[in-house]
Amino acid sequence: MENLTKAEEIVSHDNSDFLTANVQRRSFIKYAGAATAAVALIAAGCKKSHDGNNGAEAYLGRGDTGILNYAYALEQLEAAFYTQAVASFGGDSSWTVAEKALITDIRDHEIAHREFFKTALGTNAIGSLEVNFDSINFNSKANVLATAKAFEDLGVSAYNGAGYLIENGDYLTLAGKIVSVEARHAAYIRDLISNGSFAGADVVNPTTGLDTSRSPQEVLGIAGAYIKTKINANDLPS
Amino acid sequence: MNLFNIIDEIENVDPEFQDRISPRRAAIKNITSFGSKVAVAALPFAFSTLFKKAYGQTSGTAVNDVLNFALTLEYLEAEYYATGVSTAGLIPAGAGATALAQIAKDEANHVAFLKSVLGSAAVSKPTFDFTAKNTFPDVFSNYQTFLKVALAFEDTGVRAYKGQAGNLKGNKVVLTAALNIHSVEARHASHLRQMVAANVSGASALKPWIAYTANGNDTGIAAVNPVYAGEQNTTQANVNVTGFMGASGNISQSAAAEAFDEPLTKDAVLAIAGLFIV
Repeated sequence: MENLTKAEEIVSHDNSDFLTANVQRRSFIKYAGAATAAVALIAAGCKKSHDGNNGAEAYLGRGDTGILNYAYALEQLEAAFYTQAVASFGGDSSWTVAEKALITDIRDHEIAHREFFKTALGTNAIGSLEVNFDSINFNSKANVLATAKAFEDLGVSAYNGAGYLIENGDYLTLAGKIVSVEARHAAYIRDLISNGSFAGADVVNPTTGLDTSRSPQEVLGIAGAYIKTKINANDLPS
Repeated sequence: MNLFNIIDEIENVDPEFQDRISPRRAAIKNITSFGSKVAVAALPFAFSTLFKKAYGQTSGTAVNDVLNFALTLEYLEAEYYATGVSTAGLIPAGAGATALAQIAKDEANHVAFLKSVLGSAAVSKPTFDFTAKNTFPDVFSNYQTFLKVALAFEDTGVRAYKGQAGNLKGNKVVLTAALNIHSVEARHASHLRQMVAANVSGASALKPWIAYTANGNDTGIAAVNPVYAGEQNTTQANVNVTGFMGASGNISQSAAAEAFDEPLTKDAVLAIAGLFIV
């Protein structure tokens, strides 16, 4: 029933097509008893809203497309964050010239990653996500660095945890090309906060020397606090 | 032969082994009935088929080859740092010494981890010559040289793991472990670049990431050119990254090269590592 409610929400948000929405809603209820039929219908209903202009949800998709969209979503988040951080350097006089230069580099790397995924995905790319940075004080260097650390470590764990889900070897290598740059960012940001914490025990297991990996569900659960657009990751491979 | 024990063992390292064998968990849960219906003599064959199904194209030999290749590099790094941190007068006390001790510990952990995974299939440690036949004669007496060679090892490590990812495709346990080591090497490289910038004459502009230079080597140390060959690349999946819109105007050549680290082939890595192996 949870799915049904979700589907109803999606449909009812589709104001432009209100009449059809009501018909669809009745269909859902009518078939709700037959589990498989209901699931099929819900899937069909969702599909419709993804393809439409309803901006309520970003559907990542299946297979490698799903994983690339997942990466694209995270890169959108990072690029948006650093764009605002760089634009807010004036809000905190303690940024040094060197720090500003390197964080501007990071912004440009994240934009390059974002644009790369957008191009690689072509028509399969999700739209632009609406971010929610209300909890971040961009005029505080400490707050910006703490958020940057969270995003970079999250990004590293996301790529590490999704690698095995990638079917195409070229995409896997590309993810590898990006994740090590994210790890370089993470180490730099961590060192700015506390020199020597580049591979701290909170991210690198002190017994095995292994970094952290997280599943897409875990990552999106954390990243979701900063993303207004609802992300539908239901069909990601696992 | 106790199949159930083996499956338990595998599940210790790969909690989703059952799902891997069959998307329908029920199928493997019914392995008792499966066993009873198959002649005992056929079991090993049936079991190896399950394994192939579970781990896809990555055969045991191919996976071990990658792991032993990684182990060789980790032996190199671990012994290098262990020697460095135990050499009196080489590393000044302070943040640098703490960082190098941390890196030494991570590399020793990587060796222990890979050996534990490989078991009896693990290659033994080569004998190393960290002067690379006198290319770096003062490697354990000059802190600057020590940092330069350390950085070359870390940046090589990042490229080496990346180059092997494709050989571990789809392998949840081994690929994920390799990626979890790969990103630690990148963290080390980032920090070492900052240490080199702070301590090595003429290197103050070195960034935590590999900046664009015509030959890919942004360290200014010609002896390590092979470590950086190809890092100047700005074309990914046949798309030139400098063609993308950046914050203002197109993405710069430097940002385009920095944003993507490049892999190295196994042969290229072994050629580099070989300089340090007696």
